[in-house]
Amino acid sequence: MNMIRLSDVAVARSGDKGNHANIGVVALNRAGYELLVRELTAERVAAYFQGLGAVRVERFEMPHVDGLNFLLYDVLDGGASRSLRTDTQGKLLGTALMELELPVSR
Amino acid sequence: MTIRIGNGAGFWGDNLDAPRRLVETSRLDYLTLEYLAELTLSILARLREKDPSAGYAHDFLSVLKSLVPALKAQPQLKIVTNAGGMNPTSCAQAAAKILAEAGLGDTMIGVVSGDDLLPRLAELQQAGCRFENLDDGRPLADLQQPIVSANAYLGAQPIAEALGQGARIVITGRVADASLTVGPAVHEFGWSWTDWNKLAAASVAGHLIECGAQATGGYSHGWHALDLAEVGYPIAEIEGDGSTAITKPQGSGGKVSRDTVRSQLLYEIGDPRHYLTPDVDCDFTTVHVDDDLTDHVRVHGAHGTAAPDTLKVSLAYRDGFMADGRLLVYGHDCVAKAYECARIIWAKLRDAGFEYSRSHVELLGAGSGVPGLHKPPADLHEVFLRLAVHDPRREAVERFTREFAPLATSGPAGLAGYTQARGEVRPVFAYWPTLVPRKFLTPTPTVHTAKEWA
Repeated sequence: MNMIRLSDVAVARSGDKGNHANIGVVALNRAGYELLVRELTAERVAAYFQGLGAVRVERFEMPHVDGLNFLLYDVLDGGASRSLRTDTQGKLLGTALMELELPVSR
Repeated sequence: MTIRIGNGAGFWGDNLDAPRRLVETSRLDYLTLEYLAELTLSILARLREKDPSAGYAHDFLSVLKSLVPALKAQPQLKIVTNAGGMNPTSCAQAAAKILAEAGLGDTMIGVVSGDDLLPRLAELQQAGCRFENLDDGRPLADLQQPIVSANAYLGAQPIAEALGQGARIVITGRVADASLTVGPAVHEFGWSWTDWNKLAAASVAGHLIECGAQATGGYSHGWHALDLAEVGYPIAEIEGDGSTAITKPQGSGGKVSRDTVRSQLLYEIGDPRHYLTPDVDCDFTTVHVDDDLTDHVRVHGAHGTAAPDTLKVSLAYRDGFMADGRLLVYGHDCVAKAYECARIIWAKLRDAGFEYSRSHVELLGAGSGVPGLHKPPADLHEVFLRLAVHDPRREAVERFTREFAPLATSGPAGLAGYTQARGEVRPVFAYWPTLVPRKFLTPTPTVHTAKEWA
């Protein structure tokens, strides 16, 4: 199985919504979007961020802009005001997700 | 007709020169300045507790001073800002003084208040508002800790009304970020408050520019190709049908492209089919983003439906104290040494009788930024140890901050940074997201000249 990094086909940006984080992923082109829809599943994102305690992850498709929005519930250690982490708002999650490797079918 | 709305501040603490540079390098009809993140109001509420004339984003005052020449030279330029925070009236009075002293005493300033629910919580609870926590459903009556602030997110209507009454500067408290853009658009184009698609379009425009340079190449993965020291702040060019172009001042750094705009479209959203504002229920999945000219991107197609009959409320309560401390740990054995330092600090605190309700250890430089993804590399030669605690007792947190310095002489060799190690004890304001029925709020603007406000 050939693998590619998410950063080869998309850019991602993350932020907080209370104790939940969102990661917006936009593909660089249509083919990239189709790959993301197929391979960048909510389950795969949840598994990748299990170190943050990600259990419930919801994925939303935005085909007009070749984008996927991920909502990661309760991963911010209490949210911006209570989190003891340096990254209180989940700002790093987008950059972290860019390193995820995805399988490409031939 | 096209109206040009530029945003010169994405949060309290954003670059102080950005608003001036934006209006000097680009002709704008409106400059918006966004200062209020979810928890900024609780910080402002505390400032107001100590000083009844404080409690607003005072950065706005230095920004306003820097804008005086532009306000004199550009009669079309208006300003809409939520800098009022917990105290829009005091903010307007201070702003009015600056304008009056600069010879702009005839400037009309509109103040939008009515978002502050703190004095009304008991009354509203009696009227049947349970203020249930949106995350876990608990009614506010269950909350034991003292409430610091409670602000409803107001919409664009009172902003448009203030502009209609001749205001050149509108200062609000808690208003939905996108509404800072929707208000001017509705005022200029005379849209109906039930023209949902147009309200949705302007809300998308407002959402895209509300975080400042994040729409123009800031916080982007393509940073190597951009001059972010000179980054231009975003401008929305809105047409009468709601379609919008996002751009930035000519000659500025950064970039506006389909990628920068789409990244911002998805920023801090939940279900994109329902981006809720006080003005409209906006469906972001209908939005198209197309490259147009260089640094000029077209955004169109937004669909909207009726706004919900509840408004979001940002409520914060006191939740104990927090502090952190850090030490630079050097040497080929830095990771093991850092863990040993942490163990010593916790042991000392336990001996002194302190256990903490929450605590946290990070090895910065060794992969702790996002826990669980990276192990420390084998050849790591230095690492920042950071410990943090949260506890209801101030004295327990106070004691924690004292336990870093002693390691200077009693810990392992290869430690530095003691002078910066001791963190500040700060109160925690926890967040209680909730709703209030719209019918309980009747926000209205007050418009006077700067001379009258001062």
